[in-house]
Amino acid sequence: MTYAIQAEGLAKRFKETEALAGVDLAARTGSVLGLLGPNGAGKTTAVRIFATLLTPDAGRATVAGHDVVREAGVVRSLIGLTGQYAAVDENLTGTENLLLIGRLLGLQRRGARARAAELLDRFRLSDAAGRAVKTFSGGMRRRLDLAASLVGRPSILFLDEPTTGLDPQSRGELWGMLRALIADGATALLTTQYLNEADQLADDIVVIDKGRVIAEGTPDALKSEVGGQVLQVRPLAADDLVRTHALVAETAGTRTQIEGESVTVPVKDAELMPAVVRRLDREGIAVGELTLRRSSLDEVFLALTGHRAEPEESDQPDESAQATDEAGGAVGEHARERAVSST
Amino acid sequence: MTATTMPLAPGRSGRVKPLDGLRQTFTMAWRSLVAVKHNPLELVDYSITPIMFVFLFTYVLGGQMAGSPDAYLKYALPGIIVQNTLFMTMYTAMALNTDLTKGVFDRLRSLPIARSAPLVGRIAADLTKHVWAMLLMIGLGLLLGFRVTGGFGGFLLGALLLVVFAAAVSWSAVLIGMLAGDAEKVQAFGFTLIFPITFTSSAFVVVDTMPGWLQAFSDVNPVTHLSDAFRGLLLGGPVAEPVMWSLVWAAGITLVFCPLAMRAYRAKV
Repeated sequence: MTYAIQAEGLAKRFKETEALAGVDLAARTGSVLGLLGPNGAGKTTAVRIFATLLTPDAGRATVAGHDVVREAGVVRSLIGLTGQYAAVDENLTGTENLLLIGRLLGLQRRGARARAAELLDRFRLSDAAGRAVKTFSGGMRRRLDLAASLVGRPSILFLDEPTTGLDPQSRGELWGMLRALIADGATALLTTQYLNEADQLADDIVVIDKGRVIAEGTPDALKSEVGGQVLQVRPLAADDLVRTHALVAETAGTRTQIEGESVTVPVKDAELMPAVVRRLDREGIAVGELTLRRSSLDEVFLALTGHRAEPEESDQPDESAQATDEAGGAVGEHARERAVSST
Repeated sequence: MTATTMPLAPGRSGRVKPLDGLRQTFTMAWRSLVAVKHNPLELVDYSITPIMFVFLFTYVLGGQMAGSPDAYLKYALPGIIVQNTLFMTMYTAMALNTDLTKGVFDRLRSLPIARSAPLVGRIAADLTKHVWAMLLMIGLGLLLGFRVTGGFGGFLLGALLLVVFAAAVSWSAVLIGMLAGDAEKVQAFGFTLIFPITFTSSAFVVVDTMPGWLQAFSDVNPVTHLSDAFRGLLLGGPVAEPVMWSLVWAAGITLVFCPLAMRAYRAKV
């Protein structure tokens, strides 16, 4: 098996902050590796090292077998990078932004124009091609940024939170485009804090927290490995919610919590379900809905890190998610939206 | 999209050939200049303050300063152009800072291109804008009665000296652009520095009326040398000494700031 992207013992420290504390990861050629973690977990630092923007303090990173430090030039000719914020020139038009990259990569004028037109068409930006980017919406900018990273036909892509700050519709659109890219056979490292994004796009997932890998595997393996299944109980009367919570907690354990109108609890033992039903029945609580499902990545994350992926909830797409990272690599602290993954 | 179909990989060897580097620098300069096409007001930004200054100095202050607006225009126009040249270097700093904070440099750095191309391309493009602004102001001056009595040769040498000095100061602008937190801080910093330096020079007034200690400062102020030299070249007159000192200052500024700027640039970009 060959790995297009590989890291061994990657470590990086910014003054007081240990951004990466010995991370191993590998993406099989032609696959998508999801790098999942909360803010400040070290995702961006890892991507910046792979993209030759930072040198690691310790450890080794290779892209298509080339060391990112010693063979930085070769690595740069192989990769495409899409950052957390759309790194396009606001004062140029969509076409000009892509022409710029094409020309820098050594394309002749005509070739660069053709490539720009092709990419604009692919990302449905043809209509806006002649407009200055500052008139673009957040979603359009991201698409242009993604297009810019593809001008040189890279075989290996680094997508650093490509949909952070986008509204659900734009995010869905971008996902479709990413899927098409991936279907073309590119290898990608995708960082995200949207658990469902990793679930949707990645073949394998590495979960990092505080600069360390805390879990890895396929989305399915992760879901069944941690927490096993989740029992979800919705009482018919909303008034019974608190009492239901107490009763389920007594029967099934302390990791019971209230989510919306339901009570959920991770269960390992399938026998618990009838026990819970009997208990609720005895206490006279009418159950509106009772399901046993595999835990969502969100719950996996909670089980692994002891905290939710996202502390605050905000549904506002943040157009100004252009944080300068003070630590030289940490994470843009904007535009958070708790990813709620549905099964 | 596999590793075998890679038509463009100029950096396969990991090194950028000098000729490619030069081409990339031109591409980066094109990028800075083509932006003007969509934002023509940028050029007005560059010129509106100096144009205002020309009118203000000529018609409001001129009579009192030199007996007549015409006489003062002759003295002050070269000084205004020098001051504007210095202010304009801050645009270089702001543009670099914006590229840095918005992640454009990250994208550029992840490409197999010469590392110096974004920096040198930007400076080259901005020097072109310097020439444009200078021509605009001299043109306005001609309309108001300014005459280039130093001849075409004097004008060319003056323009050249100004560009050389602007290039030197650009290195300090690069350093500021790399170190500043955001573009507004760049502007504030530039203003605080450039304003007093130009006003304590011979750019707008004959320094004889200043108190002794200020005259002492003014005599070594690089803006004094540059203003005297530029004025002398445009109007015709003895210029050997101010030109020499201007070049010495330009060399000194480059020697100090170029390595610092490059170090900051390499650390960030």
